[in-house]
Amino acid sequence: MPQRTMVEALNLALDQSMANDENVCVMGEDIAINGGVFRVTKGLLEKYGSNRVMDTPLAECGIIGTAVGMAIYGLKPVAEIQFSGFTMQAFDQIEQNMARYRSRSRDRYPISMVMRTPYGGGIRAVEHHSESRESYWAHTPGLKVVIPSGPRNARALLKASIDDPDPVVFYEPKAVYRAFREDVPDEPETMEIGKAQVVREGADLTIIAYGAMMRPVLEATDDLVELHGMDIEVIDLLSIKPMDTQTLVESVTKTGRCVIVHEGPRTCGIAAEIIARLNEDAFEHLIAPIKRLTGYDIHFPFFQVEQHYLPDADSIIEAVKETMAFDA
Amino acid sequence: MTTSSKPDITPQSASLKAKGPSTDLLKQWLRDMLLIREFEVRTMQAYQNKKIGGFCHVYIGQEAVAVGCTAALEPNDPVVTAYRDHGHALARGMDPKYGMAEMFGRIGGCAKGKGGSMHFFDKEHHMYGGHGIVGAQTPLGAGLAFATKYEDEIINGGVSNRVTLSFLGDGALNQGSFHEAQNLAGVLDLPVIFVCENNGYSMGTAISRGTTMGHDITSKAAGYGFDSAVIEGMDVIEVYEGMKAVVDKCRETSRPAFVDMRTYRFKGHSMSDPRKYRTKEEEQQYAQDDPIDKLANELMNNRGLSRDEYDVMAKEVKKQIREATKWAEASPIPDIEELYRDVYVEKFGPYSGTSLPAMLED
Repeated sequence: MPQRTMVEALNLALDQSMANDENVCVMGEDIAINGGVFRVTKGLLEKYGSNRVMDTPLAECGIIGTAVGMAIYGLKPVAEIQFSGFTMQAFDQIEQNMARYRSRSRDRYPISMVMRTPYGGGIRAVEHHSESRESYWAHTPGLKVVIPSGPRNARALLKASIDDPDPVVFYEPKAVYRAFREDVPDEPETMEIGKAQVVREGADLTIIAYGAMMRPVLEATDDLVELHGMDIEVIDLLSIKPMDTQTLVESVTKTGRCVIVHEGPRTCGIAAEIIARLNEDAFEHLIAPIKRLTGYDIHFPFFQVEQHYLPDADSIIEAVKETMAFDA
Repeated sequence: MTTSSKPDITPQSASLKAKGPSTDLLKQWLRDMLLIREFEVRTMQAYQNKKIGGFCHVYIGQEAVAVGCTAALEPNDPVVTAYRDHGHALARGMDPKYGMAEMFGRIGGCAKGKGGSMHFFDKEHHMYGGHGIVGAQTPLGAGLAFATKYEDEIINGGVSNRVTLSFLGDGALNQGSFHEAQNLAGVLDLPVIFVCENNGYSMGTAISRGTTMGHDITSKAAGYGFDSAVIEGMDVIEVYEGMKAVVDKCRETSRPAFVDMRTYRFKGHSMSDPRKYRTKEEEQQYAQDDPIDKLANELMNNRGLSRDEYDVMAKEVKKQIREATKWAEASPIPDIEELYRDVYVEKFGPYSGTSLPAMLED
């Protein structure tokens, strides 16, 4: 099976979706001739032409609004916003139009479109090039929010997002873009949006994470299992909204302990939502308070100190040990 | 383009006017432009050596714009710009050591090492910063102009006597925020000049591909009823004289204006730009139009600047930037608690419970 980076896997998903459905168009800043700043759309212009692979002006609000117009007529636009920090310029179109069209038109104009955008830190960048604001979109009724963690699920989930009948915010962990290769088959592959994945089964404690945080989580898990003899269960959320509450509840019902890891700010972050759900449905099984290890409530810091902001294997190990040691 | 200590003296290319600013002033501008150029050359080296993080956009080729525009201003006129902001801060008078330390992520930087290349602020010199989001700084220009006019007229009971320069790139012409800013400035009669540093490319998209009426962008300002000017931005004297007229009129009438400042960035959009969207021939052609060589030629051919004098000037500038770089390297990396400072007025913000990290607890 071919080994691909996440960038190559995403490119494959776009390529195959475009080949398969002439309604799929991609658009964004410098995505055609340059193939995108991270080269996710490389080669698509040559293959599908400028009517389907469009360089847009630097105008995020216009990009998303135009994509919404295309989508409510029946096309399937995949709009790239160059960095997730730039989506704020398009906030109105995402929140007011992309998210609401099916509801507002009472299903007369359903909207199937994808906003792809790289998010997250760890690349020595700066605030609006590093932040994780998935909470905004998860908070917005009408949107689905999908965040892959590796090349294979990125490809499958992007295909699922393009095929999805509702609008999807697709957050790509840019720290993972070229971090490693994985088997990604040539044949089209898809995954169900809204399903979390238990990537390691265990009995003592559940770690829940997603996106770029899966790498330090798995690194920490290796240590916890091998050096500390703990039996850790690891869940990759993959889809923030809809959230796979059932898988989370089943796991924590079994383990009784849970640590949630994300790099977005703490207050009203995704961990807060997960804790609320576990509180509702798994409360009587908890052995220890659920711990969240998150980014701080600050603007994403500059490169010299960003490693102190981001959760890493050490801080995850610490959080797990504290939770395991909890004694009521 | 590096700082050339031996400009190619070709009298044919000397297009500068013989009259105009004094020789001493021109020498100062030459030095200012050399300083920006040298700063940017060292910036690129430091970026390649991984001393600088973040995205980094250098100003090489556009030096005449910042220097000429600044010369047309009073020291207390506000300036706000986008992310290619090193030149503006230096032209405005910021010590290069604060800029270099900022990019190195050091506490001595102009934003305490927390903002990097795109966020050069200098309150003392009325530089309201670089901004990373395309176009998002333009309404701030309108707001600054409102504030100076309010202070001058309402609070002090006098006449509005300050002008704000709100710089933008040609890519920002298409952002909604810019159009909203122009309309507001027009409706409210604000003394702001939107200076579009038109280098022909919004990142990798040529203006003809991404902007309607890209061949005549002043037509956009005409829609708002603004006076506008097209200025040759590769020639510091033309920049100064063109801007002086626009600035003086804006100061007098308190009406917004727009400038199509024709320029060219010799390097890529950022440090990671392969420049596949333009030809080597085009780049070489513009290299012949180097604003620094142009002014050096003028001074040597017509104003009596000697080669020795030029060499001394170039050497001083190199020394100044070398020392700035050393100073920046010696400045400490911010303490971890700096992460939480300056987000709110309280030292570490209005946080409680587990939202305040353990490391900050007393």
